[in-house]
Amino acid sequence: MIQAQSLALSGNHPLAGTIAAWMWLLPVFPLLGFFVNGALSLCSRAHIGPADPGVSHDAHTDGADADAPAGHAHGADSHGIARPRFASVVSIVGPGVILLSFLLATAIFAAMRGVTVSTPYIQHYWNWIPVGDLHLDFAFQLDQLSMVMVLIVTGVSTLIHVFSIGYMGDDPGYARFFSYLNLFVFFMLLLVLANNYALLYVGWEGVSLCSYLLVGFWFLDKVNADAGKKAFLVNRIGDVGLLLAMFMIFANLGTLDFTAVAASVGSMAFGGPLVTTICLFLFFGCTGKSAQLPLYVWLPDAMAGPTPVSALIHAATMVTAGVYLIVRSSFLFSMSPIASITVAVVGAVTALFAATVAIKQWDIKKVLAYSTVSQLGYMFIGVGVGAYTAGIFHLATHAFFKGLLFLGAGSVIYTMHAAYHHSGNHADPQDMRNMGGMRKAMPVTWAMMWIATFAISGIPPFAGFFSKDSILNAAYEHAGNSVLGGATWLGMSGHAVLLGVYALGLAAALLTAVYMTRLMLYTFHGPSRASAEEQSAMHEAPWTMTGPVVVLGVLSLIGGWLNLPAIASFLGTRGSLDHWLDPVVGTVTRAMTNGVAIETSHGTELALIGTAVAIAVAGIAIAIVMLKPGSLVIKAESPDEHGLEKVLAEKYYVDEIYEAAIVHPIFATAKNVLWRGLDVGIIDNLFVNGSAAVARGIGWVGARIQNGSTGVYAWGIALGAIVILSVFSFR
Amino acid sequence: MLAESLGLSAILFVIGVIGVLTRRNAIIIFLCVELMLNAVNLTFVALSRYYGMGGQVFVLFVMTVAAAEAAVGLAIIISIFRHKQTVDLRNINVMKG
Repeated sequence: MIQAQSLALSGNHPLAGTIAAWMWLLPVFPLLGFFVNGALSLCSRAHIGPADPGVSHDAHTDGADADAPAGHAHGADSHGIARPRFASVVSIVGPGVILLSFLLATAIFAAMRGVTVSTPYIQHYWNWIPVGDLHLDFAFQLDQLSMVMVLIVTGVSTLIHVFSIGYMGDDPGYARFFSYLNLFVFFMLLLVLANNYALLYVGWEGVSLCSYLLVGFWFLDKVNADAGKKAFLVNRIGDVGLLLAMFMIFANLGTLDFTAVAASVGSMAFGGPLVTTICLFLFFGCTGKSAQLPLYVWLPDAMAGPTPVSALIHAATMVTAGVYLIVRSSFLFSMSPIASITVAVVGAVTALFAATVAIKQWDIKKVLAYSTVSQLGYMFIGVGVGAYTAGIFHLATHAFFKGLLFLGAGSVIYTMHAAYHHSGNHADPQDMRNMGGMRKAMPVTWAMMWIATFAISGIPPFAGFFSKDSILNAAYEHAGNSVLGGATWLGMSGHAVLLGVYALGLAAALLTAVYMTRLMLYTFHGPSRASAEEQSAMHEAPWTMTGPVVVLGVLSLIGGWLNLPAIASFLGTRGSLDHWLDPVVGTVTRAMTNGVAIETSHGTELALIGTAVAIAVAGIAIAIVMLKPGSLVIKAESPDEHGLEKVLAEKYYVDEIYEAAIVHPIFATAKNVLWRGLDVGIIDNLFVNGSAAVARGIGWVGARIQNGSTGVYAWGIALGAIVILSVFSFR
Repeated sequence: MLAESLGLSAILFVIGVIGVLTRRNAIIIFLCVELMLNAVNLTFVALSRYYGMGGQVFVLFVMTVAAAEAAVGLAIIISIFRHKQTVDLRNINVMKG
């Protein structure tokens, strides 16, 4: 029936009748995986008791091991570790369903390449919310943008699921972990396949839920549970913005379908307050989900989750949903120069801000977390200046190299944890001061992470070079000749603002190279700061973990071929991604530049690229010259930072400021006004106890009258009779 | 004739009410209640002359119920006396809230 209905509605689309008609299976596979793994998790949980050796090995209740896999499958460890029940089934089902989705996505991609697709292929499944004027269908929309996102999500997810087999192998919650991860992929695919804002919002909230569940995966430790709550609550603040934007779109355009909204945006004034407000609310939603200023604070804390989660959700996929949303809504943002410039400025400031914090973090995952915030800032620069393809391009390459960095960091933590477990050391396995010289033990991880470091720093020909370069070039070029360059933003000319954005982007690029090189030097180079006994226990992680890392390393190396710039056309076909996404964002991108494609001169482009590369090389060189891994001492013996260093290490005290400015006043209001005043004072005392007191008073009076003396009762009867009779008589 | 009959009935009834309200001895009060009942009976009989036999039939019912009530009431009073060694209502105030 589903087939018949969708055929009736979209029967003449070139994709109808091809494998793309099965696209509804894309999210169904992970959903099935969620149910199977969830059921296995529930079954196995019933058997976890004091007799289960897995429980006695549960190391997650003490803080030092907060983020490390429970135990490890190799090494001289002599603990009796039982594999979690049904582990082998889960190991097949969990990654298997994602692989099925990925294979189907690949087949659909092949089908799409074979035909000319100029309009989205929409499949309607059922009427979801038919209320009054609001008609929402449960429908999927497949176009070139969705396709790219589906390939990234399913592809990277497959790799990270495989990695998780090794990383989470001995965790008692193995099945639970995979069921959450499967559910996440389901919601993420729902998000990118939705054909209207409301269905997108379902996915948007769903991935938040999974993020919450996975950040607090080791919830026995209060820190982790708190981090999960923080991620959830901060995201909710942003979601209010998205919700308001949806309300405004429906109130003014009468629809929430992407195609219908795109067709009717012309009814709103270009650059008017209405479309600007809608866009700013949409972007506020993105700042929550994609961790931009001022709502980025949840992402660094979210590192409390298992490392594969950080790689998948908090680097490669979920946090990029905001970028996807803006590209998906590009028909709105291209109508509002002010909102677009706001996006670019917030992205640029965030990119620099987060990069400065990343420079002084010691926790390897915190460095990567702030790096993610910074790179997301780049993506927002791209979509903000109207280079939507560049934003998606960086989203793709970032998924490769940041996924790789997190997985590599996961391998390092895994190995550190194994070594500490071997020696009985309770130091922090994530602190770079405790590492050093790990290149000898983990050559594969070391090599792959250097590839990713070159990629993120922007060294040609690695993936990040092309994507970051296309963003910065777009910012520079659009400052000169575009709708944005001619607009005014907060009284400043758009031209100057975009040049400022470009400068901030360059500065952040320098810092990116510095902090990534610092991470590599402190982790893999110099002398090892672990004891000899611990060093002997360090080994490369098992193949399930190194395999995905190597695949991502290859992708980080060649990812740039997705969209080669004109100047690098000797390497292959130029602008593949530009061409691919043209049906979706081509019109709005050209509208941004007054209908003409910008053709910068060869010399300018060379100069821009030269600058970017010089800055990246300079960053790496500065880090190598300035930093002395040999002089580091382990965390326990490290001196405290002072001055600016301390400010950076303490993340500009933003959490403390939010605590004092927002959280504390809310708590105080809740406690003193709402709880003690309203709840206890008015509701409890006035209403509840007050009505009881009135009843008690009336009862007291009644009790005095009913004194047990029948004479008084008789008088009452007689007087009552007289009163009644006289009323009837003299009426 | 009717006016006199009703007047006598009213006087008897008021005497009964005043007795119930002012006296303290349970037996006396009980008698006063009987007096009120009989005052009402007198009213029924007097009015039956003008409104048919229904009133006199009702008097028979009242007398029957009054007899039953007298039996029960006296039994209660005897119980109270056995319990409290008095029938003075001032000493019987257990029915308070």
